[in-house]
Amino acid sequence: MLNRRRFLMSTAAAGAAGFAALHLSPAFAQDAPQIQIFVPAAPGGGWDQTARTMDQVLRSEKLISGSQITNVGGAGGTVGLPQFISQWNGKGNSLMVAGMVMVGAIIANKSANNLTEVTPIARLTGEFEALVVPAASPFKTAADFVAALKADPTKVPVAGGSAGGSDHILFGLIAKTAGVPAANLSYVPFAGGGEALSALLGNQVAAGISGFGEFSEQVKAGALRLLAISADKRQEGIDAPTLKEVGIDVELFNWRGVFAPPGVSDADKAAMITLVETMAKSDAWATECKNRNWTQILLTGDDYAKFLAEDTTRIEAILKDLGLA
Amino acid sequence: METLGHLAHGFSVAFTPVNLMWCLIGTTLGTAIGVLPGLGPALTIALLLPITYQVAPEASFILFAGIYYGAMYGGSTTSILLNTPGESATIVTALEGNRMARSGRGGAALATSAIGSFVAGTLGTLGVAFLAPVVVKFALSFGPAEYFSLMVLAFITVSAVLGSSSVRGLTSLFVGFVIGMIGVDLQTGQPRFTFGMSQLLDGVDVIVVAVGLFAVGETLYMASRRYAGKDEIVPLRGSLYMTAAEWARSWKAWLRGALLGFPIGALPAGGAEIPTFLSYAIEKKLSNHKEEFGTVGAIEGVAGPEAANNASAAGVLVPMLTLGLPTSATAAIMLSAFQSYGINPGPMLFMTQANLVWGLIASLFIANIILVILNLPLIGLWVRLLKIPAPQLYAGILVFATVGTYGISQSPTDLVILYLLGGAGFLMRRFDFPTAPVIIGMILWPLAEAQFRRAMTISNGDWSVFYKHPLSLTLLTLAFIGLVGPHIWAYVERRRRRGPEHVPGDA
Repeated sequence: MLNRRRFLMSTAAAGAAGFAALHLSPAFAQDAPQIQIFVPAAPGGGWDQTARTMDQVLRSEKLISGSQITNVGGAGGTVGLPQFISQWNGKGNSLMVAGMVMVGAIIANKSANNLTEVTPIARLTGEFEALVVPAASPFKTAADFVAALKADPTKVPVAGGSAGGSDHILFGLIAKTAGVPAANLSYVPFAGGGEALSALLGNQVAAGISGFGEFSEQVKAGALRLLAISADKRQEGIDAPTLKEVGIDVELFNWRGVFAPPGVSDADKAAMITLVETMAKSDAWATECKNRNWTQILLTGDDYAKFLAEDTTRIEAILKDLGLA
Repeated sequence: METLGHLAHGFSVAFTPVNLMWCLIGTTLGTAIGVLPGLGPALTIALLLPITYQVAPEASFILFAGIYYGAMYGGSTTSILLNTPGESATIVTALEGNRMARSGRGGAALATSAIGSFVAGTLGTLGVAFLAPVVVKFALSFGPAEYFSLMVLAFITVSAVLGSSSVRGLTSLFVGFVIGMIGVDLQTGQPRFTFGMSQLLDGVDVIVVAVGLFAVGETLYMASRRYAGKDEIVPLRGSLYMTAAEWARSWKAWLRGALLGFPIGALPAGGAEIPTFLSYAIEKKLSNHKEEFGTVGAIEGVAGPEAANNASAAGVLVPMLTLGLPTSATAAIMLSAFQSYGINPGPMLFMTQANLVWGLIASLFIANIILVILNLPLIGLWVRLLKIPAPQLYAGILVFATVGTYGISQSPTDLVILYLLGGAGFLMRRFDFPTAPVIIGMILWPLAEAQFRRAMTISNGDWSVFYKHPLSLTLLTLAFIGLVGPHIWAYVERRRRRGPEHVPGDA
């Protein structure tokens, strides 16, 4: 049964949604700070869910009294980023959610701003990718797939997300490692995970690459066969080798993290890192990550900045090979 | 009848007082956001996602389903009364619905859309309950080649709405193609027609175009004619609801609309727009009152597309519940709500979450009943809007259109686009170019292009995929018959009537 406060909270949220595209969490009178979270994407996607889950966990752990989430969507985050840089400059209690998709979008869209202009706080989660084939496919192992790709890449159409996204990037990296020229690949981009999945289930394509969570239920049901995952090591409960194990030296997480605006003080930056780190180590966060198939890959401050630089270089190189940058 | 047992169990879940309350809140909220342009069901459900931390899964899905169906009902209200569609699925409703409202039959247009939504929504929900496993098999047999052929068929069919002059109609259609191409090309990741503006990289929202061309363009046109002619809007003529003749014209259109909407909605790349176009074109072809289309407004042209749009909303739930495939923005967000309960939607959902799935289906039936009860009395209130004198009414429409467009993505760029298109809409109206083909072009072109290129990528450049797949060949044949059939028919008719000695070239 519902108790009264829960009911009031939810109807308050319902009311708020009718008036504005902002979600104001109910604030409780406490000493903990209020924070603002900037999401450079429309409500509902991965970054938005990250922000809303952070809000939920930070409040339940009493680390903040509430948060305000602002969504400015468009073009893989490159519409929101300039706004975060110019209008949120120096705001110490603010965070922006971003990730690997934005790195790719900045390069592909030749965006004027990039992530070196904001302050890296923490890399939080990642979703590793999966290489799958329809159950009826002749490919039994990742080696079969790579062999066919080497023989004639044009005969192996692979479905995934939009051109230049993480799925396409992983396909490019696999091909590059196998010595297949990226320009010859037959990549079939779909707008949403659902459409790519239906192309696989309908045997329209030879294989599919996308976030593991997109395929996990179909793999469990036996409709798709999982050939390999792009994680760094074997995952508990997943009966498939990593790409590295099958001789393809590629590791890829579609990572998501948070950034502070440019121009924040060192004290504010340190406080934000502590806040996010405390959250990431809480049980509530661990539970949420498990429910959503997010792998925790926490990396903070300077280590995060170093990782970001390396990943940008890697993505830029592969996008060039794929003819997208 | 295993399904009936499940359904009965579903009703026992949905009929608890708490769940009925969520259904009522959902449908009311859904109707409200449907009426408000700019706030669609996807955005609303996304904003309400945090509710999943507070209530049981059944309750939140019943709420979301209510919002989803409610928005489909509410969206038609503004289309009919103000020519301002709030959702892309109700754009076609504006074509005849607004004509009817101006000629004093706004009440009938609203009634046929509410009752048609009820009929089609109920049929669609029955389809979800009983036919889901069959329909999903059919849906999966659609590959890129089949989709492309379906688009060809759609192009041929909707040529019926091009208007009296095919040159003007085709011009509008091609303008639509160009608008549809704006943004990053999905296949190559390259920007097209964006002029270096990052705000255009995601393309132009079809609602912005529809509201700009229909509402803003029309308002400017009315303002320019203010002193040239009389007021065009007749507040109300005849009965508030439908007359017997209007019932007779509506019910077949509802059934045809539902039959088109449900299967196309269930296709992973089907969507709600295409069945509304097809339904409109078919109703126009079959109607005995063709002279009413585009003049005083034909009720079939409202009844069919409205039914198609609600049946397709039910169709979208088929791949979502049977396979875990989100095929619309709203379905994608509902799926992410499943995940926050730790439920992974997939092929096993019907078995592992029977309570939830059947409770949801049962609540859809209840939502439909609540919605029709909620919407019919509102009609009396809505038609009073039309009694507002024209200058104030049109000023209000302009404000409404502006606020709604800003609401979609809080983007000032969208407002600029809205008014540029409003100006274009005015000129098109002034020089008698139809505006509906622009919308049809911008929706169909990107789909047709993407599916064509996917089909060609998969086949490695081999054209035969389009005629070697039986389903694709069937669709193309239908399209061909649709293209040449009427001409041959007309020729045969002429020969028969006039005999062999008729003057050649007399057409």
